[in-house]
Amino acid sequence: MRGVNAALGAAGLAAFLALGEAVPRLGLVEEAYFPPTSRIAEALADEAADSAFWTALGDTLTGWALGLAIASCAGIVAGVLISVVPYLREATASTIEFLRPIPSVALIPLAVLLYGTELRSVLLLVVYASFWQILIQVLYGVQDVDPVADETARSYGLGTWARIRHVLWPTALPYVMTGVRLAAAVALILAITSELVIGAPGLGKRIGVAQASQAVPEMYALIVVTGLLGLLINVGARTVERRALAWHQSVRGEVAV
Amino acid sequence: MLDVRGLKKVYEGSGRRVEAVRDLTFTVDAGELVCLVGPSGCGKTTLLKCVGGLLTPSGGEVLLDGRKVSGPPPGMAFVFQEYGRSLFPWMRVGENVELPLKQKDLSKARRRELVRDALESVGLADAVGAYPWQLSGGMQQRVAIARALAYEPRVLLMDEPFAAVDAQTRADLEDLVRGLWRERGITILFVTHDIDEAVYLGERVIVLSASPTVVREQLKVDLPVERDQLHTRVDPRFAELRTHVYEQIQAAKKGAAAS
Repeated sequence: MRGVNAALGAAGLAAFLALGEAVPRLGLVEEAYFPPTSRIAEALADEAADSAFWTALGDTLTGWALGLAIASCAGIVAGVLISVVPYLREATASTIEFLRPIPSVALIPLAVLLYGTELRSVLLLVVYASFWQILIQVLYGVQDVDPVADETARSYGLGTWARIRHVLWPTALPYVMTGVRLAAAVALILAITSELVIGAPGLGKRIGVAQASQAVPEMYALIVVTGLLGLLINVGARTVERRALAWHQSVRGEVAV
Repeated sequence: MLDVRGLKKVYEGSGRRVEAVRDLTFTVDAGELVCLVGPSGCGKTTLLKCVGGLLTPSGGEVLLDGRKVSGPPPGMAFVFQEYGRSLFPWMRVGENVELPLKQKDLSKARRRELVRDALESVGLADAVGAYPWQLSGGMQQRVAIARALAYEPRVLLMDEPFAAVDAQTRADLEDLVRGLWRERGITILFVTHDIDEAVYLGERVIVLSASPTVVREQLKVDLPVERDQLHTRVDPRFAELRTHVYEQIQAAKKGAAAS
């Protein structure tokens, strides 16, 4: 069954690429704006040979990874604190609900004012967008702690820290993983967007330059790279999730006993 | 050893005031196996949680060796009815049993020894590396009992531990508890709603009234110490005792309906 699915998936992708090749060649769309697949592949190969491309890729990944790491740490620490300290959750709920829906891109002018085109601009936007994703999941996760599990821990004399470490954290972990996976995708979007709009170094900036200089196939090639990045990030996040949560019902499935 | 004096627990919330436990006084001697039985909803779990220091009583006090219980005391272990939720699914059986020991000041070798010994006592020595959810319900409850044993408590509190397992497993587990009690000399306070279980297991049965709960009767179980599922349960004395407890509980229910 898995083999058949993989074959079907490959066939679908091949058909899509073939369509991308045929449609511009048949003159159905203007080739100048929609280059055929082979032209894009060529441009991609040229990019891969260019060291400036790799630098840009590195810049984007740095902004993404650093931003995600900061947001994850901050989100987890804040989430656990808000849940553990009495009354803090009630006191912060409305503020969180107000700040969370603010689109990160609305902060672009602020980022430019503060940091110009530096990496810190990118980080500000990436962190702001991903932080909420993680925080919200941690808050949900902590609420999921089973009262019986918690009472068991208390009855055996586990203190606050031991209960956070052995009960609260493992319970919240599936939620944290979901949060990090969502945040990883959002972080990439924000990294590219800020580079594109602010002009901070990275793939986004390179896409903008390619567009401005009419290098249409190169622009598409770079877009393909960002797509591949997104794909890899998602696959990677899922793998980590499966490893870390082997004990969880969603991963282990139903076990016959 | 365990002294419950005038225990009272009232739940107050959203305009409703529920008096779960009114006035309970009883003692459990060292090395005794006492069963608490009462009509359903009579606050047995509330009582046990107050004894275990998991709930703060509204009145009265619980003394363990003459010292007032104000939080889970170190010499006490609790076995819950919901074994599936009480064991941590993210830890293997061995880690589950070992976790409480990490709170004590023990060497790693000593911890290992206690874990192995406890799992052997419940017949699950080879399940150390399994996850709890890979085991059957009865085996999971055995793991929970092993965790309590490894903790080396002087008092073991058991809250309807066999209510969620099938009848055959239940009989095995009852024999296991009696066996462990005789072997290790632990003091056990066992809560159940099952009259037969209470009489079969206990050296003494405390019959509770319906909520708001008071002690209705204390009954010495004068069955031989050596008990087994086949003979004890057909013993005429067993039948008399269980009939007596049954009548008490029926009367307790009626009493509740009348008041």
